[in-house]
Amino acid sequence: MTQDIPSPLVLEIENLSIEARANDSWSGIVNGVSLSLRRGEVLGLVGESGAGKSTIGLAALGYLRPGARVAGGAVRLEGQDLLALPEAARRPFRGTKVAYVAQSAQAAFNPAHRLMDQIVMVAVERGGMTRAAAEERAVSLFAALQLPEPDRFGRRYPHQVSGGQLQRAMVAMAMMCNPALIVFDEPTTALDVTTQVEVLISIRRVIEEFGVAAIYITHDLSVVAQIAHRVAVLRYGAVVETAPIGRIMAAPEHPYTRSLWAVHELSVSHEAAAGHDTGEALLSLENLSARYGDFEVLSDISLTLGRGETLAVVGESGSGKSTLGRVITGLKAPSAGRARYAGAALPERVSRRPKALLRRIQIIYQSADTALNPRQTVRKIIGRPLALYHGLRGRAREARLMELLRLVELDPAHADRTPGQLSGGQKQRVAIARALAAEPELIVCDEITSALDKVVQAEVLRMLMDLQARLGVAFFFITHDIEVVRAIADRVVVMERGRIVEQGSRAQIFAPPHAPYTETLLASVPEMAPGWLDRIIAARA
Amino acid sequence: MNDSIATPSAIPGRLTRARRALAGAPLTARFGMVVVLAYVIVAVFAPFIAPYGEVEVVSRVPFDAWSAAHPLGTDQLGRDFLSRLIFGARNSISIALATTLISFALGCLTGMFSALAGGIVDQVLSRFVDALMSVPDLIFILMILSIFGSSVPNLILIIAVLTSTRFFRISRAAALNITSLDFVEAAKVRGETLLWIAVHEVFPNILPLMLSELGMRFCFIFLSIAALSFLGVGIQPPTAEWGSMVRDNAALFSMGDITPLIPAASIAFLAIAVNFVVDWLLSRASGLQDEV
Amino acid sequence: MNRTTHPILSMVLSRLGLGLLSLVIVSLVIFSAVSFLPGSYAAAILGQNATPEAVAAMERQLGLDQPWALRYASWLATAATGDLGMSFSGRPVVDVIGPRLANTLTLAAITAAIAVPLAIGLGIACARWRGRLIDRVLSTTTLASISVPEFFVAYVVMMIFAVKLQLLPSMAGIRNGMDFGEQLIRMILPILTLLLVILAHMLRNTRAAILSVMASPYVEMARLKGEPEARVVMRQALPNAIGPIASVVAINLAYLISGVVVIEVVFVYPGVGQAMIDAVRNRDVPVIQACALIFAAAYIGFNLLADILSIVSNPRLLHPR
Repeated sequence: MTQDIPSPLVLEIENLSIEARANDSWSGIVNGVSLSLRRGEVLGLVGESGAGKSTIGLAALGYLRPGARVAGGAVRLEGQDLLALPEAARRPFRGTKVAYVAQSAQAAFNPAHRLMDQIVMVAVERGGMTRAAAEERAVSLFAALQLPEPDRFGRRYPHQVSGGQLQRAMVAMAMMCNPALIVFDEPTTALDVTTQVEVLISIRRVIEEFGVAAIYITHDLSVVAQIAHRVAVLRYGAVVETAPIGRIMAAPEHPYTRSLWAVHELSVSHEAAAGHDTGEALLSLENLSARYGDFEVLSDISLTLGRGETLAVVGESGSGKSTLGRVITGLKAPSAGRARYAGAALPERVSRRPKALLRRIQIIYQSADTALNPRQTVRKIIGRPLALYHGLRGRAREARLMELLRLVELDPAHADRTPGQLSGGQKQRVAIARALAAEPELIVCDEITSALDKVVQAEVLRMLMDLQARLGVAFFFITHDIEVVRAIADRVVVMERGRIVEQGSRAQIFAPPHAPYTETLLASVPEMAPGWLDRIIAARA
Repeated sequence: MNDSIATPSAIPGRLTRARRALAGAPLTARFGMVVVLAYVIVAVFAPFIAPYGEVEVVSRVPFDAWSAAHPLGTDQLGRDFLSRLIFGARNSISIALATTLISFALGCLTGMFSALAGGIVDQVLSRFVDALMSVPDLIFILMILSIFGSSVPNLILIIAVLTSTRFFRISRAAALNITSLDFVEAAKVRGETLLWIAVHEVFPNILPLMLSELGMRFCFIFLSIAALSFLGVGIQPPTAEWGSMVRDNAALFSMGDITPLIPAASIAFLAIAVNFVVDWLLSRASGLQDEV
Repeated sequence: MNRTTHPILSMVLSRLGLGLLSLVIVSLVIFSAVSFLPGSYAAAILGQNATPEAVAAMERQLGLDQPWALRYASWLATAATGDLGMSFSGRPVVDVIGPRLANTLTLAAITAAIAVPLAIGLGIACARWRGRLIDRVLSTTTLASISVPEFFVAYVVMMIFAVKLQLLPSMAGIRNGMDFGEQLIRMILPILTLLLVILAHMLRNTRAAILSVMASPYVEMARLKGEPEARVVMRQALPNAIGPIASVVAINLAYLISGVVVIEVVFVYPGVGQAMIDAVRNRDVPVIQACALIFAAAYIGFNLLADILSIVSNPRLLHPR
């Protein structure tokens, strides 16, 4: 973190307004945004989904997505107003003066061409380099970004390379022509935490080494705290607050900025109420294994979950945590081991479980978009388990439905809506109400907050904790998010490659000594304060 | 099932939505709908509209020229051309429609069943359909008709069975896409039966796609029946049918008379109209996610 | 790939196997359809007045008295050697169909040679300038022209060029003795008609295939790297659309085969389609079987080719991890 020395302006966005077409009318998605960026400076753009972050980031390249138009304002790149130019004249700037790093490198690299061909293309065609010189530069960038076998890396096709490596290759591609500005659009969001650290280190290194200016778009405050010098908080397409990183982390001024910290406050408030250890085991798994074909996805899993307790299962993608949820709900039969529920053996498959047992174990999915039938009204979605399990009809069902809607803090008027007419948070509440309608003892929650914005996530988690206190339901909470675990878990299970590496109470897991993998996992989660990444880099050097 | 509460509030909502959708339809789709409606009216009220009977010989001269009494002249047997054109609408459209509906029901049911059942049932059904589809339709129909003889029930049955393979494929694929979604899994975990899942969770979601496929297949069937009749193996005389009318009066072409083109143009016009509507339905169905 | 076979090779081989399998199934279907015939074939051929002895003799002569499976086996075996048996008219099926097959193939080949590049080129142009005038005009006119029956197009073409303008002969009755130039001139109208019919389908499907690829994030990325739109279409979208386009072309070439039947009849062109219609009218089963088998084999062959092309053009399969 260097002090702000007045260096030349690279980007100046002035009073930018962009409209998008929706239902035959134009509505503003960016409303009068002004930002400026100097050389060597990194500006974090923070906000929830739909706040206009990406639209502004793309506008910095003079690019608008189809269906959007500029309503006013200027985007000056090194003094040249891109928006004043016709599209054909803006094109030469892209890739040379200003470059873009997309969220998913896996989708943004063309599967039909070798990495090297894609990476050197702009440099050879418009950057005035020879093919040999461009390849040489690419290889040195690969080395700087710590990609394996830098000499041969470029010969591969995108599908032959891991996600984290591909994301770094995309950073190399952006750096090829030594641009004045790079726009990073959520470059680590799709990655696991342990991979995220590596990519963050690489990004940080190239920014410092080449003195490039950067816009860093993210919804993750702890990530922006490590990378950015200044932060602009966006809401509804407008800037609500801009401040240097230190100040905005320590003393956020705007109420909305403050609300973004909600998840962390939640963990504190729950701390007092923690510990519903009733001692009675609701679910216990003994030496359970499961396999897909020859591949063992779960090996030797043993755990217990008490009544009214929250057991958080944490791990990265491929750890088998979701498969474990499917075994409990009866969608995947184990290959070995036993499962017991409330003292009796738990039948392996859904088809073997009586309706009374099915009622007692419910599931809530990560994405309410796919978990709710888009063609059914909320009334039908929640009403179905009421009719199926409790035989409720007519007025009695309607009364219970209203009660459930109030329980999940939804307006009763929403009963006639279809999922498409609800927001992401509202949809997840409907899914929760559907699970509660069965009056279950155990709910398997599969990453239920990871598709939600931070603020909504906090509200949903708080509500779940309230419901647990009131209804005594147990949660089998599958997540990859350490912050969420810290906020809600009574007990924690850490998984890696199908095995449990550590389990215990929340206090035990989060206090040293840790199992080696838990150590890595915890160390990879960015802290909410600047300087965490600096310490990691320093520790490695 | 028993949605006594949901129904009253759902119906007006659906109606207004339909009206709004119609208002937003492009010009081509509106034009298509008007044309289709006109054809249906002509088909239904054919006996009242046509000046003469379907097989009534009104002139001793075959190929009589256009006149006030016979606006489009007479055909090769001296029957009123316009009357036969009007009756032709009724025959061609009703036969094609019946065929389409039979094959739709057959294909959709087996397709959804195959997707939901999975396993060996799905494998066997799919391989069988693949084999049926690997013979060009027209060739297959010609072969079967030459063996069983050409009658309207035979024609309907054969074309319906062959076309149902397309409905099977598309409904199976669409249903497979839906069954992989979490709400179907949730219904399984809830303990619902396969039939309930098919009716309540899957079918409403594949319906828009299936409807546009229905329109497209209607066009195909309509055109193949016309082509078969034109080849002389479809609908047999004396029934008035547009394809066979072209064939029977083809002699007029060499004299530069365009009368036999009129039934062909009638076929084309209806098929174009239906396709315009289908095109619009299809673009709505594909844009459904962001539209609702 | 040292000792293990390349995945592409095994996939292509398995597709070839599947193609062969469906050909066998189809031949079974074609053959068995005949045994569903109500009543005796021989009786049908000989007419109502035939004596039972005459029918039995006819059945023996045609081999219809033998068990079903045996008849299928021998039919398949001889068909595989190119001998398609005797038609009911007494001539070998090969003699009936042979010369006509050559005529049909010529017609189809010339049409395909013009239609494929033209349709792909125009499809790409529509995708490149989507929403512009050329795209709108072509989209609407092709939508209209796929809805039109083939014989309508055929007669309109004939009306304009043969009857009104008198530029070309309306009938395409080519004979062996004719010199090739004369044959070509007579083929112009059928080819033009086939072109009009097939172009629309192929163009629409090519456009759709490219546009679906154009929605990929890597296409947006190419634009963000400043690539001009024409290059985005040609270099980013096209290589990934080869598979879908190949299957589009194959399906349409297969369609060309059945579409050719109607057009041959309109223009009295002596091809396989014409032969099949004649056989259907005379219920000449061996000829019908042979025609159906030829059409089905071509159809399966084209689809197989498309399958293989899309496998070979997929970099994930071509360059495994």
